[in-house]
Amino acid sequence: MTDYAAEKAVFRARGIERVYHMGDAEIRALRGVDLDLWAGEFVVLLGASGSGKSTLLNILGGLDKATAGELWYRGQNLTLADDAQLTLFRRRSVGFVFQFYNLIPSLTALENVQIVTEIVDQPMAPLEALRLVNLYERRDHFPAQLSGGEQQRVAIARAIAKNPAVLLCDEPTGALDSKTGILVLDVLEKINRELGTTTIVITHNATIANMADRVVRIGDGRIQDIQRNSHKQAPRELSW
Amino acid sequence: MAMRMLQVKLLRNLWQLKGQAAAIATVVAGGVAMFIMSFTVLQALRATQEAFYAQYHFADVFADVRRAPVSLERIADIPGIQQVEGRIVAPVNVRLEGFNEPITGRAVSLPDGGTGELNQIYLSAGQLPQAFSSDQVVISEAFAEAHKLRPGDKISAVIRGRMQALTIVGLALSPEYIYQIQPGAMVPDYQRYCILWLNHSALEAAFDMEGAFNTLSAQVAADTQVADIIERLDLQLKNWGALGAYDRSQQTSHMFLKQELDQLQVMATVMPAIFLGVAAFLLNVVAARLIRTQRDQIAILKAFGYSNIAIGRHYLTLVLLIALIGVVLGVAAGRELAVGLGGLYQEYYRFPWLLLELRLPTVASATAVTLAAALLGTLKAVYSAVSIAPAEAMRPEPPAIFGRTLLERAGFHKMHAPARMVLRNLERQPAKTLLSITGIAMSVAILIVSGFQKDAINYMIRVQFSLAEKQSATVQFFETESARAQFELASLPGVDYVEPLRNAPVVLRNGQWEYRTAIRALPENSQLNRILDKKLRQIPLRDGGLFLSDYLAKHLRLQVGDKVRVEFLDGARRQLDLPIAATIEDYVGLNAYMTIDSLSLYRPEKQAMEGALLTIVADQEKQVKDALLKIPQIAGVNFRSDIMESFRRTMDETLLTFTFFSVLLAGSIAFAVVYNNARIAFAERARELASLRVLGFSQAEVARILIGEILMLTLAAIPFGFILGYGFAAMIALGLQTEIYRVPLILSPSTFATAALVVVVATVLSTFIVIKKLRGLDMLRALKSAE
Ligand SMILES: Nc1ncnc2c1ncn2[C@@H]1O[C@H](COP(=O)(O)OP(=O)(O)OP(=O)(O)O)[C@@H](O)[C@H]1O
Ligand SMILES: [Mg+2]
Repeated sequence: MTDYAAEKAVFRARGIERVYHMGDAEIRALRGVDLDLWAGEFVVLLGASGSGKSTLLNILGGLDKATAGELWYRGQNLTLADDAQLTLFRRRSVGFVFQFYNLIPSLTALENVQIVTEIVDQPMAPLEALRLVNLYERRDHFPAQLSGGEQQRVAIARAIAKNPAVLLCDEPTGALDSKTGILVLDVLEKINRELGTTTIVITHNATIANMADRVVRIGDGRIQDIQRNSHKQAPRELSW
Repeated sequence: MAMRMLQVKLLRNLWQLKGQAAAIATVVAGGVAMFIMSFTVLQALRATQEAFYAQYHFADVFADVRRAPVSLERIADIPGIQQVEGRIVAPVNVRLEGFNEPITGRAVSLPDGGTGELNQIYLSAGQLPQAFSSDQVVISEAFAEAHKLRPGDKISAVIRGRMQALTIVGLALSPEYIYQIQPGAMVPDYQRYCILWLNHSALEAAFDMEGAFNTLSAQVAADTQVADIIERLDLQLKNWGALGAYDRSQQTSHMFLKQELDQLQVMATVMPAIFLGVAAFLLNVVAARLIRTQRDQIAILKAFGYSNIAIGRHYLTLVLLIALIGVVLGVAAGRELAVGLGGLYQEYYRFPWLLLELRLPTVASATAVTLAAALLGTLKAVYSAVSIAPAEAMRPEPPAIFGRTLLERAGFHKMHAPARMVLRNLERQPAKTLLSITGIAMSVAILIVSGFQKDAINYMIRVQFSLAEKQSATVQFFETESARAQFELASLPGVDYVEPLRNAPVVLRNGQWEYRTAIRALPENSQLNRILDKKLRQIPLRDGGLFLSDYLAKHLRLQVGDKVRVEFLDGARRQLDLPIAATIEDYVGLNAYMTIDSLSLYRPEKQAMEGALLTIVADQEKQVKDALLKIPQIAGVNFRSDIMESFRRTMDETLLTFTFFSVLLAGSIAFAVVYNNARIAFAERARELASLRVLGFSQAEVARILIGEILMLTLAAIPFGFILGYGFAAMIALGLQTEIYRVPLILSPSTFATAALVVVVATVLSTFIVIKKLRGLDMLRALKSAE
């Protein structure tokens, strides 16, 4: 099922719902989300805790499936995809960055990047990815030997090394102080600008919204409003 | 309130850990079952033996004479003797309609119309012969069962060459014949050996023993020196052709029973000790690991303000609960196995009943060992968990060493990152890896130990029946025959070659060490009964010395070249010192050999042959058997094929049942260990693997990492387990050295292969289960929180 709009949008979500069943109780995390995300965009997702941000991001990234609604990725209907297709989708197209880094403790920074580049078709050179996040010097260190900010930058290097079409970041600065956070955001901005990677960042920090092309506000499992920034601020200009 | 929530957590943990808990409980149950089974059966056999001896007045001292008058007053006067009885005991040949094989019989007199005071019989069916009847007989129950004979059936006995028809009136068991082994055999053959109890009057007439006896039994007071009594008996019986009195330790049934029970005791001590030790070790390891995976939870509980003691008690309860489930299962299974095994032993040790009971001390010691191991493992782990600051504990445990792994440095750096992950995970935590490997290795080891007895017995059979004994049959004569008998045997159709055989009852002595046996005399360089050295090469038998079982030489504290005092018990009762020409490697019995020429020289007054060894032309065994049956002078014939068969059957049914049970238990322990290991690997890697799934690794790719780790552990453990198993087997072999059997330390390649196969299969199955779990792995859950 393809149409012109679906071809143009990177993601096209229509009526996405996600219901969790906890015994008899139902938790409606998403209650009908319509959203289009365009190529090369930098989008920030804002919303109260429990509003459904992570749920939405996980569905977009193929980590989770919607209970109802339709989701297209560049004309591919992800709602119909099986586990193997979703795995392939993640492998080829998506880079993830999480609040808790999720690096493999037994591998060095470089190896944590290599573990991804080994399984994709046209990866970036692993060292190149590390250079992009300014961690070339620390390539042989293990996660336990790196600070939180450094670990997060390794996670970003790992996410971008496969040259993904989209980069999905769930609270990438959540565990970092503002100075380190800005360093990480700087990297994200640079990648978005230089590589044209569609980037979606979840945050609780409204200030970060100022660096986005568009800001999507979520509340109670629905899109509350979408706002386009006339002027994008550079991360260096942000402070909180 | 606080404790109530901990209890809820306890139950939840137990439920979450049910797979692992079941595995741990299985390990414990395996060890406990082995312990309970072995000890319960052993205690049952010993208690039954004691009770049977006491209630049926088994004599303490025995003496065989040629012919002594019935008046025993002077013997009864010997201080310390409480009860004395003279009987007629004599070898007979038994014939059974429809069974054309030689049957060796032993006729034993009963006082007419009674059972006498000593060595009473237990009638399991029928009744005693009527007083003064000469054709009524009570036969051994085992023989009756082997031929489905009932009271009222008829058998014949060839008594001094005369065929006599007998009517079976009863079936009996006796403390004297619990282990019924015919002369020259190694294991009972109930088809071909029969005890016949007849009236004293009947045997008096048949054997020309009016007013006389040829066997004396006595009961002595508890506080008496048996050696003194034996000395006095020998003195009094000297004129009646005595072969020397002896105590229970030389009585055939008692001797075999004692040694079999001693062997069983070794098995019942060493095997359960190994099993329970392994189970305790594994429990210890598993408990420690279980708690390590709960490190962050412990930290959080502590952060909330729970005391170390409360937390310690919590985990202790968890582990003890699991261990207790294992103990209960193990006791139940052990009891069932004991009943099965006990019933089987009763086929071979002919007791009228079996006092089998589960004893409190047995259960208590198994429980104590298990719980102590659980306690130790848990306390250690809990202590290390609570002694670090909560903040520290909430972070993942740091890897022990950083850097390239040995294998990477050795040039495997081209490996893919997933393979590197496996190697590093294993190498970074060497202690943990080593413990896992040791656990699996131990289960390999107990599997090997379980197969050890079978291997050793097969080896013994091979050496005994294909290298040492070349004769097809061994013939024993009633009276010593002249050398002409050799040519008569050789002339029988089908008989290929005959060698004479002579026996001389002796006591071998070296100072305080002595051993009562019969020297077996063979022609120089005997081709049939070969004696072998340590390397299983034939030692040529030659004149001028004694050839002793290595174990016997050691028992007498003698070496090759030393002289041993030989006291002949028959003929002119000569005593002389003879050199030891060589020591020989044999596994059954304590044997002494010399040449027939030497024996004639040292004991010139008795020149004859007591038996002969024959080889038979192929396919002619049946004809020779029939021909031998017709020769009245022959007291017994043992065919090698029959002996081998009954040996194998006995081993299959007794020892190998024990082996089968222990393989079963070892196998379940191995499965539990391997499965538990796989589950732990999965639990420890779940988060990492989920991350990889997020990054786009497929199910199969992630599974390969996990399988890699599990497989590496198993493969590393197998050779280690081989070594460990060999060590355990050596321990058992050492414990099994007795007069009757010396079990060689032999392990066959197939035993090693089987042990390896079991753990590999266990690994593959466990891997399947873990992979199934991997499918259900929630990628999101793993990413939600820090480790
Ligand atoms: N696995 C789950 N089972 C049940 N309910 C869940 C599950 N995951 C999320 N929820 C519920 O779905 C709702 C949305 O959760 P989500 O994680 O998307 O929120 P969020 O906007 O990311 O919040 P935060 O900013 O705190 O991370 C919440 O009410 C949450 O409790
Ligand atoms: Mg969230």
